[in-house]
Amino acid sequence: MSDTANPANPATPEWTVQGPVAQRHLLVVLPHPDDESFSSGGTIALHRDAGVPVTYLCGTYGDMGRNMGVPFFAHRETLRDVREQELREACRILDCDLRFLGLRDKTVEFEDPDALADAVADVIRELDADLVIGFYPGHGVHPDHDALGEAVRRAVPRIDAARRPRHWAVAVGHREALEAELGVADVRVDVRAWGDRKRAALEAHATQTKAMFARMDRRDAADEAQRLRMEEAKRTERFYTLSGEP
Amino acid sequence: MEPIDPAAVTDALAALANRDVYLHLETTTGTYTALGPEKTPPVVAFVRNAVVRYERGAVKGEGPYRVGLKMEGGWVYGDGLTHATTDDAGRLLMAGYDDEGRLRIALQVGTTPFREGT
Repeated sequence: MSDTANPANPATPEWTVQGPVAQRHLLVVLPHPDDESFSSGGTIALHRDAGVPVTYLCGTYGDMGRNMGVPFFAHRETLRDVREQELREACRILDCDLRFLGLRDKTVEFEDPDALADAVADVIRELDADLVIGFYPGHGVHPDHDALGEAVRRAVPRIDAARRPRHWAVAVGHREALEAELGVADVRVDVRAWGDRKRAALEAHATQTKAMFARMDRRDAADEAQRLRMEEAKRTERFYTLSGEP
Repeated sequence: MEPIDPAAVTDALAALANRDVYLHLETTTGTYTALGPEKTPPVVAFVRNAVVRYERGAVKGEGPYRVGLKMEGGWVYGDGLTHATTDDAGRLLMAGYDDEGRLRIALQVGTTPFREGT
């Protein structure tokens, strides 16, 4: 399962994961279609190939996104359904179940945080998840990321201790800057075997990724740093273990 | 959506004048500008399903276009509009896109509300 035993042990700050960590159910809770593939596509596929159930609980339909495809094929009123279909295809590629919280894109932070936490906790209990992935509150860059990440952070301690899931948080940004602020991510999932599937899932989100991949595949000098980050993202997914305490 | 035909959009605006209409008005730089070469904070604003009534709507410019809706007590204004369409509910959807298909502005009016919830 891993080359170090105890992920919560500060003596082993870097835990390289090479097999499934969830045994009962991996629940991924993020606000937008594509967040799951960017942050956790390899980890999801790794768990599915090991026979572990995985559910993506997606907060919104990404209906306020600005990327409409290249050349654009969506507009503000069609984007919601386009992105829902893109996500259904990505989840088919990753082989995970999909649910929605039904929130509006960009407005998650204005919802009642306790009600959001209750909604997340209900799903954790229903699925009996033993591993939950969310954004790292305060390190999500997008306000929806921070708000739903905070809802997950509040939800986990509401679960009875005996069934309480492990909580992995995704921090967004360039790794050097994140490590300067947060330290090294303690969990490193080796997703090399699932890198191509992760890319295929990302490509299913065509409105969001087609222009990005086109730039990267041209290997323009201006996009070289981003291309290298994507190559790294196909090898390793990094998470910070949060305490599970209120 | 099609590239804006100013005459057609002017007609569509006139058809929705002098009655209560639902408005969607939005501009966005994208939320991730702080991570990109821009290194500037994002600017995003939208109003969705506010009800307004305008007496005159006009399209100006050579493309991208400006649209102004003159109301009894104020204005609705948008610049940077490149494309437009009328949807199945007769709502006029106008938007401005950049060359990578990213929406920069949307200005939409119609007699029925724009979709909310699931």
